[in-house]
Amino acid sequence: MAGKERKTRRPRKEAPGLGRTLLTPEGISLSIAISSRGARFGALLLDLLFIGLLITALSVAFLFMAGGAASIERTLSSGTASGHALQFLIVVWLVVLFLFRNAYFLFFELGPRGATPGKRINGIRIAARDGGRLTPEMVIARNLLRDIELFLPIVFVASAGAESGLAWLAATAWFLIFMLFPLFNRDGLRAGDVIAGSWVVQAPRPKLAKALSLEAPASVERAATMPEGPKYRFSEDELAVYGEYELQALERVLRDTRAKSIEPVYHTISEKIGRNDGWGDERAFLEAYYTQLRARLEAGLRMGVRKADKNT
Amino acid sequence: MSGAVQHREQSASALGAIENAALRSDRFRLEREADWQRLEAIVRKMEKGRLRKVSDEDLLALPGLYRTAASGLSVARETSLDAATVAYLETLVQRAWFVVYGPRTSLAGWLRGFFAGGWSAAVRAIGADVAACFAILVAAVAAGWLLVAHDPEWYFALVSREMAGPRVPGATPEILRATLFDNADQGGLSVFAAQLFSNNAQVSILAFALGFAFGIPSVLLLVQNLALLGAMLWLYSGAGLTLDFAGWIAVHGTTEIFAILLSAAAGLHIGRALAFPGPRPLLSAAAAAGQRAAVVMVGVVLMLVIAALLEGFARQLVDTTLGRFSIGGFMLVLWCAYFFAFPGTRHWREERIGEEGMR
Repeated sequence: MAGKERKTRRPRKEAPGLGRTLLTPEGISLSIAISSRGARFGALLLDLLFIGLLITALSVAFLFMAGGAASIERTLSSGTASGHALQFLIVVWLVVLFLFRNAYFLFFELGPRGATPGKRINGIRIAARDGGRLTPEMVIARNLLRDIELFLPIVFVASAGAESGLAWLAATAWFLIFMLFPLFNRDGLRAGDVIAGSWVVQAPRPKLAKALSLEAPASVERAATMPEGPKYRFSEDELAVYGEYELQALERVLRDTRAKSIEPVYHTISEKIGRNDGWGDERAFLEAYYTQLRARLEAGLRMGVRKADKNT
Repeated sequence: MSGAVQHREQSASALGAIENAALRSDRFRLEREADWQRLEAIVRKMEKGRLRKVSDEDLLALPGLYRTAASGLSVARETSLDAATVAYLETLVQRAWFVVYGPRTSLAGWLRGFFAGGWSAAVRAIGADVAACFAILVAAVAAGWLLVAHDPEWYFALVSREMAGPRVPGATPEILRATLFDNADQGGLSVFAAQLFSNNAQVSILAFALGFAFGIPSVLLLVQNLALLGAMLWLYSGAGLTLDFAGWIAVHGTTEIFAILLSAAAGLHIGRALAFPGPRPLLSAAAAAGQRAAVVMVGVVLMLVIAALLEGFARQLVDTTLGRFSIGGFMLVLWCAYFFAFPGTRHWREERIGEEGMR
């Protein structure tokens, strides 16, 4: 289980160029990953789809209540009670349209999750670029600019045809600058993010932490509770062949409960250090080796000596 | 409560394990594990939006637990080769950071602070831009007037034909008068008001957003709108209706034009920060200006709601110039007093000082 989740996680975190270090107000550096542009584009499409669906559903309901488009005109000018009711409906309708255009993103991003439904589905959210608190001002600022980045160009390009000439070309170019802005900076900021001091990052995933829960590695307790000390004891020379990289590879093997790879790893190590007394008891042998290798390397760490891998 | 008890039990049973642990880094981990798990439980609840399920005790402990875990992470990075623990802590601290530094106030709470002083403080903070835009506004009205007075053909360059309707150069005073008065029997006032609001709000958001291009389009939009006003003023004054027209505009204009002025000023504020960031890095200067301007813009949208109501109802229902002037004048005094004489409630000011002290 753990191995599987680790596999799905790897390409995300190690995708080139997405990792960033954030300095929190306490001065702790936090490694986060910014969202890929593809994930953001997908989230945007999803959100637009949701808005479109909501507007369509509401429009149909509205028309249904008003009794068809043809009769609206007549009822409105009649000045009767139903005319007033219809007026009220139209007012509600206009306000709702305005709110969908401007407040949909605002409403969701102001929530505790800091993400619209589309963003949440894609596992991304917004955060403050300076590592501080995400304030309502930021969310408002970044969403006010969405208008010229997205809605205005669409309306503009749709309403005026290409035959309107040079002015149309100039305006299109001008809007393209905003639309393509995220492609031309390192952090994928759009104009709204620049103004707001925010950015879009990958949301941390709770599942992951669960897989890495703090089960004590068996090696520690078993080694410590044995009265006569560890069953396998390795000499300095035997431990000196490996470094941190190999230690962590070994950790992964030991944590993998399926234990398929235990045997080949045992063979590799026993061959390398020239010992074969763990035959038939490979796991215990490897756990003892892991503990002692880690003790050795961590002792070195405290003295400022690092051994990155077997070649150093 | 139960969380705390469990926590104590865990630490009691862990004590033996800590003494037995062979590695120093494992002892380090075992000593802190209970705290980390408690933090994770709190964070998990809050991530799911179940704030009510988090006990007060846990909520108070959250910042402390977060800091402990964060410092634990920086120690573990330096001294521990237990990759699983470091990875666990990395995710835990990251998740806790999102919770601890997530949005603190609800929307309602933010709006309360906004009315209690945040809005007027933001308007004062961009005061220089408001003053500049006001000067541009006056100049634009004068320019509109002068252009049309010089050559009436300019009128149609500023006012489109469908918008002008009967209000064209050469129209008789009676026709012009009819456009100002006696429209109360028109149906659909509320629809008209809602449409006005929607259009005006979109224009003001545009004026603000275009500030990104160094503020120039914001100012141009302001000039275009106000030159139109100057041209119409010339038209009505030619028919001897200057005061009546001013009243007709003032009833909602003191609110609406003020709002458009503020949105252009907000746009200019951003544009200025982008063009002349000063000693700070460009991005942080832009962010600071953008956040200030965003507060102003929320206010602008609210002002436009009021302006639309005034334009849709008050102007049609109040049919005398004096009545219109008194409504418009009252609104103008109200806005000016709120923006420039209201320092915020005492409660708000104390809170703000506290926040700045924390920073």
